[in-house]
Amino acid sequence: MTEDGLFRAALKSRNLVVGHLLAAAFAIGALLSLFWTPYDVTELTIATRLQAPSAVHWFGTDHFGRDILSMIMVGAQTSIAVAIVAVGIGMGIGVPLGLAAAARRGRLLDETIMRGNDLVFAFPSLLIAIMITTVFGPSALNAIIAIGIFNIPVFARLTRGAALPLWTRDYILSARVSGKGPVRISVEHILPNVTNLLIVQGTIQFSLGILAEAALSYVGLGVQPPTPSWGRMLADSQTLIAIAPHMAMFPGFAILLTVLGLNLAGDGLRDLLDPRIRNA
Amino acid sequence: MLRYTVKRLGSLLASLVVASLVIFACIEVVPGDPASFMLGINAQPDTVAALREELGLNRAPHERYIAWVGGLMTGDFGTSYTYRSPVSEIVVERLAISLPLAIYALSLTILVAFPVGILAATRRGSLTDISVMATTQLGIAIPNFWFALLMVLIFAVNLRWFSAGGFPGWDEGIPAAIKALTLPAIALALPQASILARVMRSSLLDTLSEDYIRTARAKGLTGRQALRRHALRNALIPVLTIIGLQFSFLLAGAIIIENVFFLPGLGRLVFQAISQRDLIVVESVVMLLVFAVIIVNFLVDLAYAWVDPRLRSRA
Repeated sequence: MTEDGLFRAALKSRNLVVGHLLAAAFAIGALLSLFWTPYDVTELTIATRLQAPSAVHWFGTDHFGRDILSMIMVGAQTSIAVAIVAVGIGMGIGVPLGLAAAARRGRLLDETIMRGNDLVFAFPSLLIAIMITTVFGPSALNAIIAIGIFNIPVFARLTRGAALPLWTRDYILSARVSGKGPVRISVEHILPNVTNLLIVQGTIQFSLGILAEAALSYVGLGVQPPTPSWGRMLADSQTLIAIAPHMAMFPGFAILLTVLGLNLAGDGLRDLLDPRIRNA
Repeated sequence: MLRYTVKRLGSLLASLVVASLVIFACIEVVPGDPASFMLGINAQPDTVAALREELGLNRAPHERYIAWVGGLMTGDFGTSYTYRSPVSEIVVERLAISLPLAIYALSLTILVAFPVGILAATRRGSLTDISVMATTQLGIAIPNFWFALLMVLIFAVNLRWFSAGGFPGWDEGIPAAIKALTLPAIALALPQASILARVMRSSLLDTLSEDYIRTARAKGLTGRQALRRHALRNALIPVLTIIGLQFSFLLAGAIIIENVFFLPGLGRLVFQAISQRDLIVVESVVMLLVFAVIIVNFLVDLAYAWVDPRLRSRA
């Protein structure tokens, strides 16, 4: 399919368009909050605490009188940053491991990498996070590491699985005959052919990262106050839910819509980039 | 099958050994040493020394590791520093909540996901199918702790059908205990049921397009008969794998939901132990959860190989 044709197909995919629009809305909110928010999120004004949504505070205020819309905008920064770095760790380590395992199929290196993967898989990500935060204390960095570690086997498995059949192709054989080593073949020929899959999985892991960050912050193991984070905002809302339900509504919808947007975008991308599904 | 079992058992043991080493090493690298970490910066040197003695920190790390693993195998998980009682006793007490909760949530997951997935697959492209796909997409995207908060708001605060949290204990009668676990179980089940319904649907769609289904129909079976006798059985294989994974996820994943509902289960125990810096409890409970996950995965692998003989020969 030509680039133009791909673009047209992309515009026709409802999942892709809706998903990207949702995800873009939050990305724009996060970017905007770097320069401007309706109110200062560190400013505590007890006089205006727990206000319901109004023309002055669109999403209302929290128990310290902070503007919830502004906090959601800055919270988007936190979520996106944590998820991006976590996916980066997963891809940065997982993809080379997967490529190496595929290049050395059935040998000791492959076995070692895959068994190591199984082991990390056996640790639920939350437990990894708990161990890390127990030892090093709760922080955004530790949340990133915990989520990132869990991403490594996902990308390693995916890359290995996609790379294995490629190694039997004729063009790889001719590359070998021309004297290219396994590293060069992996980088020049295998990697470009698994990129589509990696992009799709990256989108899904990104949405899982946002959910994981929110969950960790909710139980106090992630981003620490006063930095706003959606999970933390939900934790704060819990005891006040009977008198200020809006405190729980907006951060929850922010997580839901971002994750939904990314999942839809991932589904749409998969349909678009996988020729078997596209032509079916 | 025996060869496969032995091979899988070997990798199970290796996983357990490595997992225990990792967890032990994590506790070893806490800033300072475990005793001063647990007591905090204001502790008196003699108190720290006493705790070091109690925890056996004066021994070499490998001796302590062997003692710890040996203890785990005999059911001796050490003594909690904050509760001043054996960790195994506390764990058993907490498991009486966490395990029923996981089973309850898994039952709900299966009860919802099976009929919904089958309905969507057999009516592919219909309004029913589209609604199922849309609802499950939402179910996967909703953070379950937020869904839990919303349920508290609706069913506990507004309608007053359930209490907002806490657990009356099994002594108060099974109905009361089940009632207290209902909202947490629904919150845990929602994303899992959404995932499982989708897996059920796509797996069934795959089998329904197989040649043997066409043959069965050609032999005169109705769509419903072909579904019941041939398609469902084969479609169940990937579904069972997911169910196994979900059970281990529910055991470990209940940690957060237990905190939303103030349920005194294993998850809450872990968080209390973290805030009280009770390393012995954290170490043992995390190991126990990892152990449960690894065992469940092992059983799933065996069940999978039992159902699908091709896997045995591949191993």
